[in-house]
Amino acid sequence: MNEWLYVGLFFIVGLIIPVGAIGIGFLLGPKKPNPIKQSTYECGIEPVGEGWVQFKAQYYIFALVFLVFDVESIFLFPWAVRLGQLGMFAVVEGIIFILILVAGLVYTWRKGMLEWA
Amino acid sequence: MTGEQIFFLIVGIVTLISGLMVVTVRNLIHAALWLVATLFGVAMIYAILNAGFLAVVQVVVYIGAIAILFIFAVMLTRRQAAETGASVNSNWWLGAIAAVATFAGLFFLLKSWSGFSKTAAAIPSGFDAVNQLGDALTSANGYVLPFEVASVLLLAALVGAVYLAFNKK
Amino acid sequence: MNFWNDPLKVAADWLTGIFTGWGMNTVVANVLVAFLGILMLITILMVIDIFLVWIERKVVARFQDRIGPNRLGPFGLIQPFADIIKLMIKEDTTPDHADKFVYNIAPMLSMMSVLILWAVVPLAPVMLGVDLNIGALFIIAAGSIGTLSIIMAGWSSNNKFSVIGAFRQVAVMVSFEVPMLAVLLIPTIFAGSMGINAIIQSQNIWFVWLSPLAAVIFMIAAIAELGRAPFDLAEGESELVSGYNIEYSGMKFGMFYAGELLHAFTFGGFWSIMFFGGYRFFGLELVSPFLAIAIILFKAMVGYWIIMWVKYTVMRIRIDQMLAFNWKFLTPVAFVLVMVTALMNTLLRGAPSWLFITGMLLSNVIVAWVSLEIVRSVSRKERERVEGPKQVVAEAHH
Repeated sequence: MNEWLYVGLFFIVGLIIPVGAIGIGFLLGPKKPNPIKQSTYECGIEPVGEGWVQFKAQYYIFALVFLVFDVESIFLFPWAVRLGQLGMFAVVEGIIFILILVAGLVYTWRKGMLEWA
Repeated sequence: MTGEQIFFLIVGIVTLISGLMVVTVRNLIHAALWLVATLFGVAMIYAILNAGFLAVVQVVVYIGAIAILFIFAVMLTRRQAAETGASVNSNWWLGAIAAVATFAGLFFLLKSWSGFSKTAAAIPSGFDAVNQLGDALTSANGYVLPFEVASVLLLAALVGAVYLAFNKK
Repeated sequence: MNFWNDPLKVAADWLTGIFTGWGMNTVVANVLVAFLGILMLITILMVIDIFLVWIERKVVARFQDRIGPNRLGPFGLIQPFADIIKLMIKEDTTPDHADKFVYNIAPMLSMMSVLILWAVVPLAPVMLGVDLNIGALFIIAAGSIGTLSIIMAGWSSNNKFSVIGAFRQVAVMVSFEVPMLAVLLIPTIFAGSMGINAIIQSQNIWFVWLSPLAAVIFMIAAIAELGRAPFDLAEGESELVSGYNIEYSGMKFGMFYAGELLHAFTFGGFWSIMFFGGYRFFGLELVSPFLAIAIILFKAMVGYWIIMWVKYTVMRIRIDQMLAFNWKFLTPVAFVLVMVTALMNTLLRGAPSWLFITGMLLSNVIVAWVSLEIVRSVSRKERERVEGPKQVVAEAHH
């Protein structure tokens, strides 16, 4: 049988437990809504504007850099698994792979894209 | 019908519906979240096919990185993300016909291919797809060059992204 | 089959026998038994989670020179149950402007992303959970779902604090995922497999002796992944009040809270699995599975204690410092360590084990020392650059 079936069961049980807990909480708790209670929390003062504030573009840059390194690391996993059985050739190959990307990190760094400004 | 086929049908239908929701909901963040559901459905299909590595990579890269990137991008655009206008224009039925025709054409084309109805050989016990992938990526007779080229491609993507962001400043 | 040697198999066989006795299909019976087993495991985890609340409160109290909960029951042991009951009978509010559907499923996804981690945790040599051959990546994949749940919670609350908190938290989590992925490569290289059980089985020598630097980097990345101090800028009480979960109340907040504690405990467990031999302890694990479970839970608790120790000792850092620390220090060091480890692993192959350990340890020490030296000289220059003009201004005032 496919072992992922059990992982799927974990997903299902992992959802049932919080749904059950929140459901019990929903049933037991009082329900007395009023406009003040339901308003957005802003440390006691009236909420100003909407909750969607604009963000620094920096978040996007870091997400982009992360994406590249995420993909890189995942490429390296099959390499790491077989490294014990392979010779120097594979090691050099992996090191070149990493160095090319570290060059990218250095470029990003030198361009000042890693500064939070 | 075997259990696998039933699972596949359920997952496939859920994935398709999520895909449809991506292009029809008007709120961009909702669209991004439906996209996550679609991508997760694809990961589940990989899992059903016993392609565990691909399934996990799908979740890590597409949900963990690309979906987050989408949401960041949507949040950056702020006002444009508000629900303005319909998500389809008056030509939607033309698009639908084109999509159905493309699907039908591909289906009939593939149906005449002998590999289409062939049952895949059973996976031998002790087969480890990750080991095979590792060997293929590292052996000199395998895919060493594409492996290194992938690194250069990622570098190009990084440099491009940095250049675009730098230019905007 | 003796119950003490393989309790899970005995119980599963017994239950399957009962179910098939009722005329159930064997496959369906197996799946049902697995379902019940998983339900039992997760229920036990939730009970452990309740006690984690007590442990956390007791430990933070000791760190701050207080006594902590001590009224209800011996040592205040009943206190967490009172906490749970309180959370359950609180009103479950939903802000008017919240996106109802996303708002409600975010806490569930957050808890689920922690619970599914236990699918790959081997508790004993005979209780492997699901022995996936990509176990190490599964941890990261579950973390991706957790990241998503935080951004969903923050966005759907439609509150400025929660949106900012969620963004910061996600930036932290995605950034520190890179060094974590990189150091996960190191146990993978030593074990020749990504499977969690294979990693444990190949630790005749704990990997912490082969690569202490990797263990340290994994711990730092794990703390960031958990969003705990010093990386808890998402919650930054002084400026964001509570961060992404600010609009949540009652059991929905409880799910975030319990999820955070269990997540910390789980990562303590993964730390012990990756670098401290998991359920192995000088062959004691072979005596009885119950002993093996006790060993891994104890090691996970030690890891959890270290996470708490860091949390209550180190102060919170700013987001720019945190991102600079990750991208300019931790990530390059992690990748250099991967390259050095790969090289040494191949060079020292076939060498006697004392030479292998010494070589690995030495290379780790050298990488750590060189990187710290570089940081020291750079920070000295930086300090001179920043503090230099200041003194001139001060003198001009005089």
